Amino acid sequence: MSVSGKIGSAVFVVLWGSGMVWRRNATVFARNFTVNIVPPFLEPLLYLGAIGFGIGMFVEDVMGMPFVQFISPGIFAGSVMFASFYECAYGTYVRMYYQRTFDAILATPITLREVIIGEILWGATRGFISACVFYLVLVLLGLVPVISGILCLPLAFLAGICFSAIAACFSAITPSIDALSYPSTLYVSPMFLFSGTFFPISVLPEPVQVAAFALLPLAHLVALSRSLMTGLPDPIWMFHILWLIIAACIATAVAIRLFERKLIV
Amino acid sequence: MSEKQSLADVRFHLSVRDCFSDIGNHNLDNTIGSMHNRNMERDPVIEAKNLFKNYRDLTAVSGVSFEVYQGELFGFLGPNGAGKTTIMRMIQCVSPRSSGDLSVFSRDTDRDGRIIRSRIGVVPQEANLDPDLSVEDNILVYARFFRIPPMEAITRTEELLSFFELTRKRKTPIASLSGGMKRRLLLARALINRPSLLILDEPTIGLDPQARHHIWERLMQLKQEGNTIVLTTHYLDEAQRLCDRLVIMDQGQILAEGSPDDLVKRYFQTDIIETDNDPLIRDCLIKNRISFETAGDLIQIKDALTPLVADHLLMQCSGVRIIRRPPTLEDVFLLLTGRRIRE
Repeated sequence: MSVSGKIGSAVFVVLWGSGMVWRRNATVFARNFTVNIVPPFLEPLLYLGAIGFGIGMFVEDVMGMPFVQFISPGIFAGSVMFASFYECAYGTYVRMYYQRTFDAILATPITLREVIIGEILWGATRGFISACVFYLVLVLLGLVPVISGILCLPLAFLAGICFSAIAACFSAITPSIDALSYPSTLYVSPMFLFSGTFFPISVLPEPVQVAAFALLPLAHLVALSRSLMTGLPDPIWMFHILWLIIAACIATAVAIRLFERKLIV
Repeated sequence: MSEKQSLADVRFHLSVRDCFSDIGNHNLDNTIGSMHNRNMERDPVIEAKNLFKNYRDLTAVSGVSFEVYQGELFGFLGPNGAGKTTIMRMIQCVSPRSSGDLSVFSRDTDRDGRIIRSRIGVVPQEANLDPDLSVEDNILVYARFFRIPPMEAITRTEELLSFFELTRKRKTPIASLSGGMKRRLLLARALINRPSLLILDEPTIGLDPQARHHIWERLMQLKQEGNTIVLTTHYLDEAQRLCDRLVIMDQGQILAEGSPDDLVKRYFQTDIIETDNDPLIRDCLIKNRISFETAGDLIQIKDALTPLVADHLLMQCSGVRIIRRPPTLEDVFLLLTGRRIRE
């Protein structure tokens, strides 16, 4: 077999293994589908109702559009982040530590690398599911154009990989499930507030803007979603996508390394 | 091992080969090769030579060598911390060795983990069933990890549920199963890939006598069908009853190896006398220069002259309670590993 053929089939084996881990999680999700699908529907309505329409009453137009329309892409992106991050922070930790699901899977031909990639892809899928539901709600409320808005969904999956992989890193190094509240409070919450979600990122001091785009995947997803959902052009959209792709790869590689260090002893 | 079984093995590998096309070619050749070898000389399924496992401040396995042959039920006995579970994890290729050689199916565990794991079944010490899934789905989802086609997985699941008397529980959530049922389900799940080697880490820990006997029956049945089984246990009656051969381990080393009967015969030539730890009896034994051991409120005499000693005691000290019994594996175990409590 040629070298490229060998690499190709090795990649196939890893993707297949990851796919089976993904399917295991999807099977569990589907078993409790009716329970699992309600929160993603309610969440956007709560945020849009309270912040968009409620606070929006006291806020003038932002960047030439009603406040509720301005924050819709922000909350859309935020819901992707929360779904993906929590799946791979708490969900992954529970499966690894409490349910010993990883041990069970590792006694089969599946390797740890495939387990982690499968977990991260599943976390991204949770973000994607939230994105789809949120998109549907926004379309029904007439806040988003149907066609260009739909382009946000694949981007949500890409950003979902970033959020999940970062969460998986925390899950790998956390000493206990309680300690996972630190990344939630110190990373996820500030990210939700300072990624241009509720106000344009341009109102922040320049160093903070740079830091936001350097460190916060959400800032990129918000920028891309806002551009697509409101029609305001973003001159650096390619940079956002590139940043997300590179961050997704790095975070996934780091997560795999951290789990291998923890579990292969 | 019967020819028929070998063929079944090969057929299973053919299906594995289809899935792992890049690595399967060697696999099949090797299987056929080892089939020939087995007929001429017994080929070990597991071969360990001078195996070490070091953690930062602890040597868990310290220079262990052993071989497990086709169709054998092989036991690892030892107190807590003896290194049994570490060896099981190394055989499963989930824990890399520090030094030495370890091969399973004549394949190196560090290199061919994926292929080795496709041919083994593992029952872990701690139940790791999927609590989010039903009994049936636990097996079916597991089957996917071995690339068993869905229809085949359903057929095998049906067989396994009935073999372990779980058919009526197929839709039950894991949380409502008894300890015995969980163990049976773990065993059923471990057999979904028709493994050539079954690894059980404390298979009957925490079970009531009925559940233990049920598991034992199933294990004996699997053995009679020609399966190779490796188990760890610290129940000595279990080891004596099930194992063809076993090793007794302590502090990462193998202290003795053999069949249960051979081991008992090797260390005890006669019956054991047990009597009360009474000053009168002690004086009597010392006076007659008979060696004895005390364990709590018990005196044990493991002397070659035990029948004479018994008579002696009965004659000299009236009203003494004396039990004379054949030695067991437990006596060997305590002799070799001592009575100190392990953490």
